[in-house]
Amino acid sequence: MEVDILGHLQALAPKLGGTGVEGVQRLSGGASMETWAFTLVGGAPGPAEMILRRRSGPFNAAESRSTSLATEAALIQAAHHVGAPVAPLVRLCEPEDGLGEAHITGRVAGETLGRKIVAGEAFAAIRPRLARQCGQILARIHSIPGEALDLKTADALGELDRYEAIYRASGARRPVLELAFHHLRGNLPPPLPDVVLHGDFRNGNLMIHPETGVAAVLDWELSHRGDPAEDLSWLCVNSWRFGRSHLPVGGFGHYQDLLDGYAEAGGTAISLPRLRYWQALGSLKWGVMCLMMYASYASGATPSVERPMIGRRVSETELDLVHLLEVGL
Amino acid sequence: MIEHPRAEELVEAVASWIESLRPSLPPRDAFLARVAANALATVGRELAQGPAADQATQARLVALLGHEGDLASLNADLCDRLETGEMGVHTPGLLATLKANIIDQIAIDQPNYVSQPGG
Repeated sequence: MEVDILGHLQALAPKLGGTGVEGVQRLSGGASMETWAFTLVGGAPGPAEMILRRRSGPFNAAESRSTSLATEAALIQAAHHVGAPVAPLVRLCEPEDGLGEAHITGRVAGETLGRKIVAGEAFAAIRPRLARQCGQILARIHSIPGEALDLKTADALGELDRYEAIYRASGARRPVLELAFHHLRGNLPPPLPDVVLHGDFRNGNLMIHPETGVAAVLDWELSHRGDPAEDLSWLCVNSWRFGRSHLPVGGFGHYQDLLDGYAEAGGTAISLPRLRYWQALGSLKWGVMCLMMYASYASGATPSVERPMIGRRVSETELDLVHLLEVGL
Repeated sequence: MIEHPRAEELVEAVASWIESLRPSLPPRDAFLARVAANALATVGRELAQGPAADQATQARLVALLGHEGDLASLNADLCDRLETGEMGVHTPGLLATLKANIIDQIAIDQPNYVSQPGG
């Protein structure tokens, strides 16, 4: 059933500190999650830009990799508390708000488009500082006490099991993926204590301001507990470098700056080989995700032109994996 | 021979028609139209380069595995050996073969993709 977003937001405005809302606009919608932008008006500080995230489809908390929006809201607050930049939580919606499972955050100014961040003239001055900033921010996120948060745990072996099962079920036979699964299984890094991970910390999920750098870390729904190197490495996967492959951190920076920033802000010592192991696992995971998206088209579940084309991105992860395996993991 | 027009020309014609529509579309459809045009460009490259790429891949797999076969069975044999660990990163010629095969495929899938040697 179509939910009257505008009507419910109008009614909610007094609880958000205003008198009404304007410019309600849907930004994106996946199969199960919607994002809306709106402006709260009538509040004392003047008009305020806000973002509504709401679940529009079914959610199986036990099986899903995603957290609930309530957990996401708690994570945003916890991250803010440890000094990581976030879009501040305005409201975790209640059933009587009529918006379903949803939360509202402030909207932070900046750019999220990876291509603009790695190549845009406006970001030329800030780019060399971003890798260190990202390391510092990740160290803070990893200091969040996880006990009170409802998060799953994943380690390298668990991730290999999970993604290999998906790959096997797809019926695809791809030599580089076979090689990567076998090689990564045989070279697991020594365990480290679990920390709270963002889970999708990459260029594209970071709001970047041209003068101050990382203004907010977005999209917390894949947060879980695990190896700190997982978060550090995901930012380095070549698929998120937007053509600036020679700058391994997000297409804007160097490994050493990322690791230095992480150590400066109190992160545990992470070796480059550990990071590169997880980077390869990240490429492998993204390759399998691309296969899954193609499979969702092939099965008839998602008839779009976008899904099958993502299948043609598997080869990019295979080239990245061979490049990593050539120098050794 | 089917050539008036050739398949490549049909693909090109549809892709440029989609491109001409794009500016008039709402954002979501404009995005999907770009994806559609990219899909056709991929088909165009595959028509032009696919047969030679498959042939080269097959020849490389024959050399690596030391026996003849069609591409699907050679690929399956290689996957089996990699899955069991009978072949791995230390197998002479393996990484070079895999790399050459992917480079041929990526030239069709995403010719502008940049992957730094060394990862």
